[in-house]
Amino acid sequence: MLSIRNLSVSIEGKPIIKRLNLEVKEGEVHAIMGPNGSGKSTLASVIAGRDRFDVDEGEVEYMGQNLLEMPAETRAREGIFLGFQYPVEIPGVSIANFMRTAINEKRKYLGLNPLSGAEFIKLMEEKKKVVDIQSKLTNRSVNEGFSGGEKKKNEIFQLALLEPRLAILDETDSGLDIDALKVVAKGVNKLKRKDNATVVITHYQRLLDYIIPDFVHVLYDGRIIKSGGKELAQELEEKGYDWVKKALASNQEVK
Amino acid sequence: MKERLTELYNKEQAAIRGNSSPLINRLRQHAFTRFLEKGFPGTDLESWRFTDLTPLLETDFEINLRNRFSNIDTEKLFTCDVYDLDTFSITILNGWFVHKFAPLSKLSNGTIIGSLAKAMEVYPELLDQYIGRAANTDNYEMAALNTAFLQDGLFIYVPEGVKVEKPIQLINIVDSPNPVFLQPRHVLIAGRGSGITLVHCDHSLTHNVSFTNTVMEVFAEEDSSVEHYKIQNKGRNSALLTTTFVKQERNSSVKSNIITLNGGFTRNTIDVSLTDRGCVSDHYGLYLVDSNQHVDNQINIDHASAGSKSNQLYKGILDDQAKAVFSGKVLVRRHSQQTEAHQNNKNILLTDDAKVNTQPHLEIYADDVKCSHGATVGQLDPEAMFYMRSRGLCERSARQLMMIAFASEVVKKITIEALRKRIHNMVEKRLKGELSICDQCVLHCNSKEPTTFNIDLSKL
Repeated sequence: MLSIRNLSVSIEGKPIIKRLNLEVKEGEVHAIMGPNGSGKSTLASVIAGRDRFDVDEGEVEYMGQNLLEMPAETRAREGIFLGFQYPVEIPGVSIANFMRTAINEKRKYLGLNPLSGAEFIKLMEEKKKVVDIQSKLTNRSVNEGFSGGEKKKNEIFQLALLEPRLAILDETDSGLDIDALKVVAKGVNKLKRKDNATVVITHYQRLLDYIIPDFVHVLYDGRIIKSGGKELAQELEEKGYDWVKKALASNQEVK
Repeated sequence: MKERLTELYNKEQAAIRGNSSPLINRLRQHAFTRFLEKGFPGTDLESWRFTDLTPLLETDFEINLRNRFSNIDTEKLFTCDVYDLDTFSITILNGWFVHKFAPLSKLSNGTIIGSLAKAMEVYPELLDQYIGRAANTDNYEMAALNTAFLQDGLFIYVPEGVKVEKPIQLINIVDSPNPVFLQPRHVLIAGRGSGITLVHCDHSLTHNVSFTNTVMEVFAEEDSSVEHYKIQNKGRNSALLTTTFVKQERNSSVKSNIITLNGGFTRNTIDVSLTDRGCVSDHYGLYLVDSNQHVDNQINIDHASAGSKSNQLYKGILDDQAKAVFSGKVLVRRHSQQTEAHQNNKNILLTDDAKVNTQPHLEIYADDVKCSHGATVGQLDPEAMFYMRSRGLCERSARQLMMIAFASEVVKKITIEALRKRIHNMVEKRLKGELSICDQCVLHCNSKEPTTFNIDLSKL
């Protein structure tokens, strides 16, 4: 579904991602872990199409297409979803209006008829249950005055409505208490299907107790320095990132 | 122009005076003297620094001091298509009150609505108690000129305790083949504990040159409530100056909302005097301008007494070479403790040539007050833009949603639902480039080429 080959990305001449490789297949859940400043959020942003980064080399293929050539909105309509680490407040634009526009623009792109008001409301009611979202929330302005937990729930609510093929969740667990974390994780698990994939980006192992990954990758200094199964997350939690860093210093490839 | 007006004033005294009372004629003379001394306001004055009337006054205007309209079928002239908006509708054509039935009506609840000229004839004592008491002709040159020539306009008197259920809709139309200079004068008296809503629509039916210098006096007596909406959708060759004087008494509430959708030149002045405690005075405005349009909003609020609240929120979107001016002045006098005054002006500029001059002034002499002010000139948040695009919205839709949201903060303040929906729709159309000035009238447009203005969102 997603192949990242030899990707190098910089911002204002400063290299952030360095010759990174990653392969995500349908039905898989990947976790990317790493200390602050390792390039996790940059990787997520580049996949979603934020244009403040320079791609210096490498390629990203998504469903057989060159992803890097697509504008952000096309990527979204083709099924890529980025759950923001810091969801943006949009004063005056209601979630309902925002999502209805998003869904209908995607449907138009796919050659489908737009959803009517009634159909959209029905869909919204159905998806609200996924994240336990309060009815009132959807009439409020997007993220405006939301608590940290509400913002993240709102991201998952949007994920549920848009039904992406590839969801990238950037530090969705940050700033959440354990109850909110469970709700968010439950939402993600409910939306898991055989033909979609999820990439969870996180600093802590905590979220991975609830969203069980098939693969765990350690991102450090713009490179994936170690990959493994879900047990790698546990190991990282116990030994800390210093463990990989030290190992890396003594030997380029962590065994 | 000043010379012509002077000559006309001296020569046409009989026509100008008409049925006015001796008191009104004294006001007239006083105001005229002030105008002679000061003339038209120039850009050397602080409040006119960014708005220059000179080019507008070069036209050889026609000034009609006699009402040539009578028994006009106002419905044929103009039909407002704000659906579901049930109003008591009044039309002013080229500065004169026009009517199908009677120039002045007295409703069963005692409310008087109609022509000011007729009211001067029928209710001189009532008028003498009010007219000129809110208008300040010493500091406002254009109000002095209007007072010198005051003849006709809208008169509303709401007696004590009467809540006028239907909004009163004033449709102010300019329709003349020749360039005209008009000076309608409106008086609104809301008696103790009364309530009234006025929807004031300014339209032009042609693209011909016109200059309108309106003055309105609003008297909000104790415990009364006045809502005043203005919808300005004028041709590109029109100049519209409105000066509204508001005098508020104890526990009264006045709310104004000016939506400027189009207009060649527009200047709105609101001068509020809060004379007693418990007053609430809210003033909102939205201006959407492009090409060479110029819109200027001046709000002066005098907290002359303790314990009152005022709030100003004006927002604008400017395209092309459009210019906007905002000046919000709040004066809190030494004894006016427990005053709450807020003021905010936000602008979005779509081009480098569009320009905003925004000046908040707070002059506070009391120490126990809650005041704030803010002014922003900017563009749309690029983070919000990316967020929306990452959900599949194209740039245009994302911008439109944000623009409409920006504008709706002001539109939402409209409490009449039908009007709010209609204005919201007009603002949406305006931002999508689908609103022409002829949209609201059944005649569509007398001009061969309808004006379409277009705020080009792709320039953001």
